[in-house]
Amino acid sequence: MYPAPFRYHRPASLKEAILMLSALGETAKPLAGGQTLIPVLKLRLDEPTDIVDIGRLPDLRFARKENDWIQIGALSSHGWIAKSDIASAIPIVRDCAGGIADAQVRSLGTIGGSVSAAHPNCDWPALLHVLDAEVVCSGPNGDRQVPVDQFISDAYTTTLATDELVTSLRFKAPAAGSGGAYITYKKAAAAFPVCSVGIQLTLGAGNLCQDLRIIMGGAGPTPRRALEAERELRGREINPQLWARAADAAIAVAEPDSDTRGDTAYKRQLLRGLILKVADVAMLRCANTKIEGSHIYA
Amino acid sequence: MPNAAQLVTIEVTVNGEKYRRQVEPRMLLVEFIREELDLTGTHIGCDTSYCGACTVQLNGSPVKSCTLLAVQADGGEILTVEGLEKDGQLHPLQKSFSEHHGLQCGYCTPGMLMSAHALLEQNPQADRKAIRKALAGNVCRCTGYQNILKAVEAVVNETKGGQ
Repeated sequence: MYPAPFRYHRPASLKEAILMLSALGETAKPLAGGQTLIPVLKLRLDEPTDIVDIGRLPDLRFARKENDWIQIGALSSHGWIAKSDIASAIPIVRDCAGGIADAQVRSLGTIGGSVSAAHPNCDWPALLHVLDAEVVCSGPNGDRQVPVDQFISDAYTTTLATDELVTSLRFKAPAAGSGGAYITYKKAAAAFPVCSVGIQLTLGAGNLCQDLRIIMGGAGPTPRRALEAERELRGREINPQLWARAADAAIAVAEPDSDTRGDTAYKRQLLRGLILKVADVAMLRCANTKIEGSHIYA
Repeated sequence: MPNAAQLVTIEVTVNGEKYRRQVEPRMLLVEFIREELDLTGTHIGCDTSYCGACTVQLNGSPVKSCTLLAVQADGGEILTVEGLEKDGQLHPLQKSFSEHHGLQCGYCTPGMLMSAHALLEQNPQADRKAIRKALAGNVCRCTGYQNILKAVEAVVNETKGGQ
């Protein structure tokens, strides 16, 4: 399968890339790792006139901590992030990065590309929402930071302007005593996730829940925060009964589509199970237990 | 849509040999390898980034060559299944696939070999879990995978034994 013909450009700098996108207008598309865009082009779901290959722009692959902020460069591949020091320090990041698709896709696919593609079932948008991350967008007039839940406005839709590029993602480093986990359920490694759940939890003495965020992926057009469920738990001493109540509250706001991967009722139950499983892992990590969170295949 | 086809000159090293070619930017790496370089060991399976039959190594990492433009590989080092054999000797992985019956129809084998090869380069001591994870992006419709896992595991054990 061949994509429709397009003109190919390879800017040498971020500045040049932005100017190029600005001049070429809406029918141009940036290409990073290509793991979303190339299948789209091959299926001719999109036929851009121009491809701006930003894949080798310098200085956009990094993962570092500066003061209390974690910053990840947009061109960092999933596989590279999974092996970074940041992923070792923050297990929920490793869960996500190391479990996306398969080794081949993780070699090329980038975090910036994944967020920009805004697929409702994909992992980075949900994970970054758990971490309350900001998307750094660079345009002709400089940078702006947009909270990820505002950046992704609908399925496959973002508020990125035609002449802007996502250049990094940033979030506050989870506090000491905080533990998180992220698990996706999918039919096979290379298959799109059916549903996913991410929880970042901060516990005090006696399992008192100081703070938490619960996000569900594949539960609507954009990653969905389970606010009611969080209210069930915040400020309380956490126990399995409370988690069960929270899970019920969470799936009450989940609106997964019925499709070939399962109907809405099935996916709600799937999400409920995922919440309880992810909660277990997050609780253990709050207690500093080293445990691998693993994606689940059918 | 642009009408006159733009041609871009790319230079890649494939299995140690340098190639310089003019390609249409929309040409996929797998088509480039098969059609331009006549290296037909790399297979096109699903052509949708699912099955992994087209897996090659680009700069040391496994990639699906059906989901990569040839122009993206410009300047890169590519290893295909043809590059595994050295001086007429099969690579230990290839021998092991043969010995353990890690293939039946053989269509997925080049991709399996390249994924396994990338894994063992990064992690020569890979355990069964790591092997399963590394091969999770390669589909085989014949073997049921068990003999493939055994074949890769045997190479790991050989390496360990040799130390």
